[in-house]
Amino acid sequence: MLEEKIREEIGGEFRSLTHPVRLVVFTQKEECRFCEDMRVLAEDVAAASTMISVEVHDFVADNALAASLGVDKIPAMAVIGPEDCGIRFFGLPGGYEFTSLVEAILTAGSDRPPVAPETAALLAKLAAPVAIQVFATPT
Amino acid sequence: MVTAQRLAKASPLVTAAMVEAMEFPHLVQKYGIRAVPKVVLNETRDFTGALDEADFARMVIKAGGAKS
Repeated sequence: MLEEKIREEIGGEFRSLTHPVRLVVFTQKEECRFCEDMRVLAEDVAAASTMISVEVHDFVADNALAASLGVDKIPAMAVIGPEDCGIRFFGLPGGYEFTSLVEAILTAGSDRPPVAPETAALLAKLAAPVAIQVFATPT
Repeated sequence: MVTAQRLAKASPLVTAAMVEAMEFPHLVQKYGIRAVPKVVLNETRDFTGALDEADFARMVIKAGGAKS
């Protein structure tokens, strides 16, 4: 799915990874319209770095795992570094959203501070869980 | 939107889901999405477009409440 040039580019970016990152993909036996694309994209991205691995699960057969990861629809991908920060993709992150996937992997698997110190101080005041959903389109 | 992901990394109370709107039309209808990026927080607050990191964090605090 990915052109060789893109794979080389992201491979360069992934050199800054300091922790392994798992891409946990949920599809189903009869792959849905974008399920196969999601799986192939994850495998292509993982091929760009030895620090990235892919796990493919069946949404129905592995429903307990899906539920534990907050996966309620497919295609889905959980991006998990040394700890699960709750970063998920629902639907194929193609087009402009591909950059979000690359950034998600770098965020999950690197030690760089994710936000500015002032923002971290703000977030420290947060009292209860917040689920952010970002709706986007590939173009 | 990478800011949401970074906020999720920064706080154990925050999760970030990127959703391809065209693949989930029922959610587009549910949230009345007319333009993207549309950001929904805890199903109680939303905004359209990009915010800088600090303003995004303030929206998160509004959605989840601040410690007293």
